[in-house]
Amino acid sequence: MQLWMIFLPVIAALFMPLLFKKIKLHTGWFVLIVPVVLVSYYASKIGDRATYASWTWVADLQLKIDSSLDGLGLLFSILITGIGALVVLYSIFYLDKTKEQLHNFYMYLLLFMTAMLGVVQSDNVMSLYLFWELTSISSFLLIGYWFTRDASRFGALKSMMITVFGGLLMLGGFLILANITGTMSISEMLLHTTEIKESPYFTLAAILVLLGALTKSAQFPFYIWLPDAMEAPTPVSAYLHSATMVKAGIYLVARFTPIFAYSTTWIWLIVILGLITLFWGSFFATKQRDLKGILAFSTVSQLGMIMSMLGVAAMSYHVDGNAENVFKYAGFAALFHLINHATFKGALFMIAGIIDHETGTRDIRKLGGLMSLMPISFTVAMITSLSMAGLPPFNGFLSKELFFTTMLSAQDFSWSTVAVLIPVVAWLASVFTFVYCLYFVTGIFFGKRHELPKKPHEAPIGMLISPLVLASFVVVLFFIPNVVTDALIKPAVLAIQPNQFLTVGDIDIHISMWHGFNTELLMTIGVVVVGFGLFMTVKHWRKVYSLVPEWFSLNQLYRRMMRLADEDMTKVSKRYMTGSIRTYFIYMFAAIVIIVVSTLFMKDGYAFDTAHASDIGAFDIALVVVLVLGTLTVLFARTRLTAIIALGVVGYSVAMFFVLFNAPDLALTQLSIETVSVALFLLAFYHLPKLSRHEARLPFRLGNFVIALAVGVMVTLMALASQSQKLLPSISEYYKETVYKEAGGGNIVNVILVDYRGFDTLFEITVLAIAGMAIFGMIKLRRKKGADKNEIK
Amino acid sequence: MIKGILTIALIFFTITVVICLYRVIKGPTLPDRVVALDMIGVNMLSMIAIISLLQNTTAYLEVILILGILSFIGTIAFSKYIERGVIIERKSNR
Repeated sequence: MQLWMIFLPVIAALFMPLLFKKIKLHTGWFVLIVPVVLVSYYASKIGDRATYASWTWVADLQLKIDSSLDGLGLLFSILITGIGALVVLYSIFYLDKTKEQLHNFYMYLLLFMTAMLGVVQSDNVMSLYLFWELTSISSFLLIGYWFTRDASRFGALKSMMITVFGGLLMLGGFLILANITGTMSISEMLLHTTEIKESPYFTLAAILVLLGALTKSAQFPFYIWLPDAMEAPTPVSAYLHSATMVKAGIYLVARFTPIFAYSTTWIWLIVILGLITLFWGSFFATKQRDLKGILAFSTVSQLGMIMSMLGVAAMSYHVDGNAENVFKYAGFAALFHLINHATFKGALFMIAGIIDHETGTRDIRKLGGLMSLMPISFTVAMITSLSMAGLPPFNGFLSKELFFTTMLSAQDFSWSTVAVLIPVVAWLASVFTFVYCLYFVTGIFFGKRHELPKKPHEAPIGMLISPLVLASFVVVLFFIPNVVTDALIKPAVLAIQPNQFLTVGDIDIHISMWHGFNTELLMTIGVVVVGFGLFMTVKHWRKVYSLVPEWFSLNQLYRRMMRLADEDMTKVSKRYMTGSIRTYFIYMFAAIVIIVVSTLFMKDGYAFDTAHASDIGAFDIALVVVLVLGTLTVLFARTRLTAIIALGVVGYSVAMFFVLFNAPDLALTQLSIETVSVALFLLAFYHLPKLSRHEARLPFRLGNFVIALAVGVMVTLMALASQSQKLLPSISEYYKETVYKEAGGGNIVNVILVDYRGFDTLFEITVLAIAGMAIFGMIKLRRKKGADKNEIK
Repeated sequence: MIKGILTIALIFFTITVVICLYRVIKGPTLPDRVVALDMIGVNMLSMIAIISLLQNTTAYLEVILILGILSFIGTIAFSKYIERGVIIERKSNR
């Protein structure tokens, strides 16, 4: 049941084309059933103990598809299916049945839902990786949904490149972990933390897994794909790129915190990169002109915030006693903000989609003064933006206060005074968050009304339901936060910090709306005051953005790297892939010589020993002289005809060697074959075109000469070395003894050919037959004259 | 005794081959080369015979026969090539 629930969306996806083509009703209504069923199923699991279901896929490799619903998995599953249901509802009104290929859209979306549920419920690292890549692929398909647009394809490719890059590195980290512990199961890995800690590959595994998380969650410097992914339809942006997929990295970090938290590299990477992302994203959000661009940067920033809190949560593994209490609640704060972010960011994206849908533009410079025309959208946008900015009475306020608490406590962990910067950066980032939230709302709803492509009016009620639901969550979560935290977050914290909390009851945190005058509250007041001041003077300091030149950006770096991989690599391969077979032969021979000679020297394989050598007679020497003369003639011949004849001489001398070394059968065959091949050479020579029969000596090329010399020397060395080190006696004694007894023959060569090893002969015959047929084919089967050009190419 | 004489004969034949080889390489015209090649064939034939005497075997008699035939065919083919430019003529009615 539990496993089937993961695969329910993908099974439903199979019926989408049928539903789309045969039934007039908007396909989304059928899709809506799936997340609603799922969310009610997962909601019914709240409060239960963690359950586990598994299906063994390949038992020998420990490959399992499994579903482990502990607190963390359940929290994410509810998030995925709940927001999934709202997004599907929204998309029904957003996408037009007549204009869009809805079956594609919903198939991709359902595929994504399965993938995401699989990611958050997998206990097996391999199935986690499988689903992880499935999210990348389905996200790729969804971003490129309007595939006729260039920007969509560019964004899809970019997100694919970056997330798959991270995914592959993550696979490497998983394999290291599986290698150290001998198990693929994450829960079993937790039992081996000491082994993992002591392994020399511990930090490497931590960094690799972290890279997967950073790329997926759009952290610095990998955030660049997220703004470009905004080319996707808005429901996709709301669902994937704010609420679910980008949180897969957060999930990964949370899931692996009990394993990797012992590494300080891991902690500092998360905290520092998270803070940089937080600041960078919030700072550059105000620069954006596109509504979804602003939201994309704000997502990046908020994800950095959650990430840095998880880093602080990992610090609690390093201290104990009183100090431990300080960091204990960071994990709680991170998860609380994760939920809050999913609610307000989902709603904000939907509002941006509504604005786009009703006015025809997403450019904030063209928008303005829509408050009286779109009151409901305005209300929702106002509530959610203020929540994002961290103001009461919205849920963002609570998590922002917790965030400040966390960051202030992070100083206590410092080994240097630089750690004072942590809360300062966090505070500055919050100021800018406040600024872009105001920028977003006032840019759309206040000020003068401009000319718009469409006549603006309030969106249909169906489209407003989902943002309204999310906005009501934003408010409700402020007033009754403890209901949600008790039900969802506390069990999830157990998964992050299992050594500090044994049961849900141990987590004695209680969020109150008013917690007295303390530093956090003062910081929030400071954020509002300074942020308001900055917002009013935005026109004056906007120039700061243009100070950073366009070429000095991460996007340019990405482009340059893509160009490096594409055009520059093409240039490189064009340089060595000359198309000339002579060059390739040089590569091949040089490679052979280098490999063989260096092996001979490194392994001390060279030996020279004349103990087994036979005596050399005068006639042998004379024959060698003839052979060498013939060979030299081939090389220095002025005409090709001379070369062919000299080649014949070489062949005949070889036949003489066969005679001399007692091989009559070989000599017979060699003589006839040599004659035939000389005749064939003459035939080929005769048919050469008159012009290209260049009657000149081979031109001397130093490179060729060196290579030829080196190959000759190498072969000689090899032959001498192998002749000098015969380690075992030959098998031929057996043939000598049995050639008559067993095989009934006198000619040992022929008996070997047809009896002992007749298989070789069979296939030699086949080779000859093929060659004969091929020659026949080449001569007889010629294309007509017009078609010749294609063959030349 | 007989062995020494045979070896000397072999060396002489080799020298003959080398001289013929000189003609093959140098030979100003194609017929020179072809005749020299034919002579190399005949000399090799005798050399094989002497070697089979030296090695005291009859295994090379086929080689001698084959070499005789091949060197004959080869010379004829070359001659025909020099004379007509083709070795195997096509039937005139095709």
